[in-house]
Amino acid sequence: MDVIVCVKHVPETAEAEIVVDESGKGIRTEDLVFAINEWDDYALEEAVLLKERLGGSVTVVTVGSEEVDDTLRKCLARGADRAIRLTDKAFEGSDAYAIAKILHKAIKDLPFNLILTGAQAGDDGYAQVGVVLAELLGIPHTTMVKKIELKEGFAKVNRELEGGLEEVVEVKLPAVLAIQTGINEPRYVSIMGIRKAREKEIKVLGLRDLGLREEEVGEFGSWITVEKMFIPPVEKEAEILTGGLDEIAAKVVETLRARGLV
Amino acid sequence: MKELFVLAEHRRGELRDVTFEMLTKGRELSQRINVDLTAVLLGHNVKEFAKTLADQAKRVLIVDDARLENFNAEAYQRVLSRLISERKPSLTLIGHTAYGVDLAPSLAAELNVPLATDCIDLDFEGERLVVVRQVYGGKVNVKASLRKSESYVVTLRPGTFEAQEVKPLGGETIEIASPLSADIEYKRFIEFFEPPAGEVDISAADVIVGIGRGIRDIENMPAAEKLAEALGGVLACSRPIVDKGWLPKDRQVGTSGKTVKPKLYIAIGISGQFQHVSGMKNADLIIAINKDPKAPIFRAADYGVVEDLFKVVPTLTNRILEEKTSK
Repeated sequence: MDVIVCVKHVPETAEAEIVVDESGKGIRTEDLVFAINEWDDYALEEAVLLKERLGGSVTVVTVGSEEVDDTLRKCLARGADRAIRLTDKAFEGSDAYAIAKILHKAIKDLPFNLILTGAQAGDDGYAQVGVVLAELLGIPHTTMVKKIELKEGFAKVNRELEGGLEEVVEVKLPAVLAIQTGINEPRYVSIMGIRKAREKEIKVLGLRDLGLREEEVGEFGSWITVEKMFIPPVEKEAEILTGGLDEIAAKVVETLRARGLV
Repeated sequence: MKELFVLAEHRRGELRDVTFEMLTKGRELSQRINVDLTAVLLGHNVKEFAKTLADQAKRVLIVDDARLENFNAEAYQRVLSRLISERKPSLTLIGHTAYGVDLAPSLAAELNVPLATDCIDLDFEGERLVVVRQVYGGKVNVKASLRKSESYVVTLRPGTFEAQEVKPLGGETIEIASPLSADIEYKRFIEFFEPPAGEVDISAADVIVGIGRGIRDIENMPAAEKLAEALGGVLACSRPIVDKGWLPKDRQVGTSGKTVKPKLYIAIGISGQFQHVSGMKNADLIIAINKDPKAPIFRAADYGVVEDLFKVVPTLTNRILEEKTSK
């Protein structure tokens, strides 16, 4: 079972303060910590679990500049065999569609039985790279995957729907499966793994290597262009309770008492 | 006459809420750009749905085929790409749901029609389509424009537009012969699966203490549990807690979990992404505890505490217990 995993290196923003940068089209990232996109983390783990059970290989592919090697190294330490970084000045400004086109060129001639991606990215949240990639490769896909059972020639997959419901579908292989969080428990990187990962090579390919033209990627090759970023307007805001801890607790209890909740 | 398509979403014999939300937004947009609003209904034996939709649109296109009975992205894509190629709607609206995300990107790629996903607003500025989306977990909004095209596809975030009642429009219903000739080769719907229910039904609770990523460690859960107990409530959570396996799926509040409407919801260490908020925003009283003053949860809450939850939660629990014993 040869599995390709598409990963993205993203800033962790769940608990960080976000500031829009001077261009007004991005955010300031100097103070942010970058790591593998959470959904991709589960996709990578799923690929490694499959390899451990069935043999074969895991190849990770990403689009980005040199900083993303940090994420690729961690993937190698976690059990990936090969890493490919797709890097070119021309790729800057690419939306999910252009990214899928870049990945397509890098993947189309590689041997694989399965491609795994995250169901979405925690930064721009397009939730479309895997599905567009499948269309460009001319293979089936399915998204929001919570469980994979491999059968002869197809995968039996549980997809997460809304309201706690799932659906079971069968998808012919090779296919792209976009993974939802919670499908497994991503492992921690072992010291051994990190040591071994240093010896593994990261292959770097650019625009010409992939046979792409400049107008196919970047802003020009994209469907969507960011015009501006802004902090969402406040429609309703909580009344912030201030003071020392005891004071705050007293204020909360007072509120609850007024409503007969204590 | 140009059209604006709204793809009706239905499951297990019901039209889903997002369909009506899209029809509401679609009506407003179609009037502004002077095109017909057309509901597109793919399914099997769905005449009843067609009647409902005809009240809300100028026209309903029905494609009835047994292979469309349950959602199947491959079958849907084949039918929709045909309809869009033939009728060239200015815009096709699809819900940003588990179905929509499986369908819209490959449909748009096949047709090479620009797509914007998970939009919370959209408008035509001249011929250009401009959308608003959220990034970085709802902390930042993006205004973006799509490449100029005669047709666009947009997925709309569920719960963003309030579905409005209209005077029945009595739209025409047009049955279109199913263009599905060959079998559906790549995908097969097998069945729905409902994870077994646990012993606690959070949707029936009057008081819910919800925990999120900010709780950091499973060892910190008992503190939140004690608060829930002191209030006579139950412990629930946002997605990361279920992903980590700390609480079962039936304790998850949000779009992929449960929708709750308790008298009191205390959110602890929950950032407040829309997926969670849409499951609890109708609670009578919401109190949020989070050390990040910019956390989106404070836009959903009535009262906020910007503090270290590990300090606030035990203090609050003790204060509540004192209050109860003093009675």
